[in-house]
Amino acid sequence: MSSIVVIGGLAALILTSAGWPDVRRTFFSWEAFKDSFPGVAEGFWLDVKIFVVVELVVLVLGLVVALARTSRAAALLPLRLLATAYVDIFRGIPVILLVYLVGFGIPALELQGLPTDPVVLGGIALSVGYGAYVAEVYRAGIASIHRGQRDAALAIGLTESQAMRFVILPQAVRRVGPPLLNDFISLQKDVALISILGVLEAFRAAQIDAASTFNYTPLMAAALLYLCVTVPLARIVDRIGLGVGGQTR
Amino acid sequence: MSPQPVLEISGVTKSFGEREVLHGIDLEVGEHQAVAVIGASGSGKSTLLRCVDLLEDIDDGDVFLDGEVITDPSVDTVAVRRRLGLVFQAYNLFPHLNVIENVVLGSVRAQDVPRAEAEQRGRELLDRFGLSGRENDHPDDLSGGQQQRVALVRAFASQPRALLLDEVTSALDPELVGDVLDAVRDLKSEGMTMLIATHEMGFAREVADTVCFLHDGRILESGPPERVLSSPERPETQRFLRRLLSAGRA
Repeated sequence: MSSIVVIGGLAALILTSAGWPDVRRTFFSWEAFKDSFPGVAEGFWLDVKIFVVVELVVLVLGLVVALARTSRAAALLPLRLLATAYVDIFRGIPVILLVYLVGFGIPALELQGLPTDPVVLGGIALSVGYGAYVAEVYRAGIASIHRGQRDAALAIGLTESQAMRFVILPQAVRRVGPPLLNDFISLQKDVALISILGVLEAFRAAQIDAASTFNYTPLMAAALLYLCVTVPLARIVDRIGLGVGGQTR
Repeated sequence: MSPQPVLEISGVTKSFGEREVLHGIDLEVGEHQAVAVIGASGSGKSTLLRCVDLLEDIDDGDVFLDGEVITDPSVDTVAVRRRLGLVFQAYNLFPHLNVIENVVLGSVRAQDVPRAEAEQRGRELLDRFGLSGRENDHPDDLSGGQQQRVALVRAFASQPRALLLDEVTSALDPELVGDVLDAVRDLKSEGMTMLIATHEMGFAREVADTVCFLHDGRILESGPPERVLSSPERPETQRFLRRLLSAGRA
């Protein structure tokens, strides 16, 4: 009841504000929405495709880096150092900067065989940035598995790598499902950063529309499309999060 | 001339940092024998078993399995562990796998036994230890006593040369201890060679051929259970047994 009062109050406050008629015209114009939606949706489809590919790359890259960082063999020390340096560097740089550096830096090298397509370059930047985050999520999951599990796996005659593959990793991955999905919601949104390389994805398409009509409704259309993906993802996170308390299998 | 022991521990020392946990342990376990290591918590019993299963590196001394040294750095530790079975105080079952998967994982992945064959043998063993019908349950669905019996089956399933039992009843409610001890008795009567760290004096008396009293990382006395447990020579052993008796555990 009280929440209805609060929300109603806020709505009344906004709707009666002096600027509301202008805001409504520039942000919530049905006409502008209809005109811009097809173009923005087309751009958003590109976002989704980039997201899916980058997500798959990140899942694999993050796992490889996490395994390298948690390896124990003395001979693998260089690999451990490399993995640590990778995580430190790419987790420490803002994603928007990575997109700039990769997107404009790699083509500037003018080397044969390197990609020049901004979609690919942007995807690479997102992949290395998020790969570093996801590696740490996996690593935290691996570290959270009680050492008795490794002992038991070795005791039944498994090798270190078999213990990791059959005993530790399956439990660790289950445990980090919710934080992984959280990172993917961030990633889904950060795909919009590729627009700075000139890729015509949803945000860029909406921006162009907005600039040519002096109406910001296309941006609202883009926001709506993002919510259509991120809200269901958030519900999946909730589901899995609840499942962990009550034993996921 | 006595036959070669299955396990021979010779002059083993082990420190964790500054703290020396084992000070030169000598111990033999003959074929079909059960040796019980008794002693207070922190006396080094678990460490000794972990050293034998190569889960800890020893600092000095040797451990021999069927006459071959297994503690040399050049020895393939995985191959050694495949010939031994270790059961933990806290069971350490794999919670993401069901009972039969827990039991066959070692056979299938480490011993290359075909899955169907491993499962059939696993089911027979589970049945023998009163766990039939539980194959598809997860460890969390079982009582502590059932979990520990699954852990016994898991360790025994790959037909080890010797079983190492580390306080296998210490984490159990008193009414659940009996089933696990029955299972161990059963394995002993079948001729399994065992090295047992335990707090259960009644069980040590009944199952063990030899009892060793471990105190501050040294074996102070050892011999047949009736002698060590009934008329111990060393004052430390007497004190330890008296304390257990007054705590109602002997």
